[in-house]
Amino acid sequence: MPQGTEKNPLDKESSSFLAKVSRFRETGLFLFILVVMLLTHLKNPNFFSLENLDDLLTNTAILSILALGMMLVIITRGIDLSLGSTLALSGMITALTVSSYPTLHPLLAIALGTLIGIVCGSLVGLGVAVFGVLPIIASLGMMYVYRGLTYIVSGRRWVNASQMPESFKAIATTRLFDIRLYIFIAIVFYLAFYYFTNYTRTGRRIYAVGSNPDSAAITGIKTWRFIWLVYAIMGGLSGFCGVLWVSKFASAQGDTASGYEMNVIAACVLGGVNIMGGSGRVGGVLLGAVLLGTLNNALPMVNMSVFWQNAIQGSIILVAILVNAQVKRNVDRGNLLRRHI
Amino acid sequence: MLKRIGIVITILLATCLLASQAGEQKRFAFIFKSTGNPFGEKLMEGFKTAVEEQGHTAILRAPDLPTAEGQISIIEELIAQRVAGIGISANDPDALQPVLERARRAGIKIVTADSATNAESRDVHINQADPELIGRVQVQAAFDMAGGKGDIAVLSATSQATNQNIWINWMQEELKLPKYSNTKLVKVAYGDDLRDKSTSETEALLQTFPNLKAIIAPTTVGIAAAGKVLSDKNLAGKVFLTGLGLPSEMAEYINNDVCPWMYLWNPIDLGYLAGYASVALADNSLKATPGSSFSAGHLSKKEVINASDGGTEIMLGAPFKFDKANINEWKTVY
Repeated sequence: MPQGTEKNPLDKESSSFLAKVSRFRETGLFLFILVVMLLTHLKNPNFFSLENLDDLLTNTAILSILALGMMLVIITRGIDLSLGSTLALSGMITALTVSSYPTLHPLLAIALGTLIGIVCGSLVGLGVAVFGVLPIIASLGMMYVYRGLTYIVSGRRWVNASQMPESFKAIATTRLFDIRLYIFIAIVFYLAFYYFTNYTRTGRRIYAVGSNPDSAAITGIKTWRFIWLVYAIMGGLSGFCGVLWVSKFASAQGDTASGYEMNVIAACVLGGVNIMGGSGRVGGVLLGAVLLGTLNNALPMVNMSVFWQNAIQGSIILVAILVNAQVKRNVDRGNLLRRHI
Repeated sequence: MLKRIGIVITILLATCLLASQAGEQKRFAFIFKSTGNPFGEKLMEGFKTAVEEQGHTAILRAPDLPTAEGQISIIEELIAQRVAGIGISANDPDALQPVLERARRAGIKIVTADSATNAESRDVHINQADPELIGRVQVQAAFDMAGGKGDIAVLSATSQATNQNIWINWMQEELKLPKYSNTKLVKVAYGDDLRDKSTSETEALLQTFPNLKAIIAPTTVGIAAAGKVLSDKNLAGKVFLTGLGLPSEMAEYINNDVCPWMYLWNPIDLGYLAGYASVALADNSLKATPGSSFSAGHLSKKEVINASDGGTEIMLGAPFKFDKANINEWKTVY
């Protein structure tokens, strides 16, 4: 934050740590996650064990990667409901392929899954960007098409652990420095998307298309290209995650990740992505995904009645959104006051 | 003009003729809990075989998510289609009652299999195996694996699933026996038959209960997810897994010693028996009263008995044990 280091007559404590922190819009969410974690740790001292944190982050990796794609889609005022089905279709085809050709290199399996995802996503994008179908309708339709295709290619059967070669299952079990590979994959994606959305021309134009499509078009941006692109990226990420999912659970079924799109959308909304389009930040999405992952990990650990679990999960999400919205409003106001005119 | 009317009349006549022929051939539907469940697929396969063996047609349906609401709308469609019988694996024991009563008033016979509705909503239930035996035998297995002491936990499907809850009740009954004085059931966790949630629940069990010796997962998705977690954490021989699972999915975890043995009945036979019972009820060769019996294809003679919930049921047989000795031959079957 370059403004933070400048001397500003309106703000005497601008160089203090707290003032710097308070300028991040996601501070509320970050503090909220810390509170949830600390409360869980008080109830179950194993929460902050290395093994549990490893589990938590590994289980959150897939959700967090998908949330990046969804963020781009929502920024362009769209939504993609087909990602769960795309994930299942890519996972199923990849699993069938590696069970027929066990010597296939895992990297090729990942490439195959990603490619299937890109094709699926491009078809949704084609409908939205070129034919002008409403995103919710286009992706809902393709959601059923891809789910149906998953059942058709699998012949309503499933691929189980013993049919998958060890090399394929090893994608999920590989460790680097005793940390599971999935965590590193997620980190790489976050760094790449941070760069992409903040420092590349294409990334900035996606924001432009989302915040004001008409102005963007007048300035010479071919908006349909960027809309198509975000759905293709979303599809590619879904396809990639399909391979990760199937390798992680060592099982491919027709109903894989059914309804998972809702978790992904929730992670984006929690992370402060504006559902009306135009704004959303990589850091926020990361925190949104981590909060959902933390809840999924923490609620079973505090040993509460299952009947309360869903209600409490919903309430926590609601409180988090309220807290975050309030903090964000204050920070935005503060930033406006500090602005040099 | 006249020519056109003639064509319309011909088509109408042809339709009537076809319809009257179809009167011989009845339609029987089976509704499973949700789509894509491997166990459900095999169950419906058996149902279809049984119905088609007797010259009728089978309709196989399932909602996208395991909810009672999804099943209710499917049943409403089937009532409108005037099927002769509905077989169902219920997502909720009571929620389906109004719509099933409406189906029965329309003359449709209701057979439940795998997961029953309450006694008022059905004609007869097909019981895969004695719930008491299923519950007790799993606790005995966990006890033997754990070496007679230590904590055990249950990883179930949803908290509302009828069959799961009956088995868990019998597990708790079995645990009251004096031989289990050193065995404690520390938690019943619910994985909702979702891979990711079952995985998180298993991980939480391991983190929360350091003395955990055995996990009983009486559900196919749950036991496979738990098997994967225990394999990844190299806990074979430390935390044992048993329960009810599909042989093909569990072969990996039985062969790597994570799950020394587990149980299941034959879902194909279960669906097959449900199919024969549906057809027999619809053509009145079977009455849903205790003592009434019928011939169920290759399963030979089966008899209706009183069920513990006040209704009637037909018993398939005892649960079957899968271990290292037989799993490789069964994993190719289902």
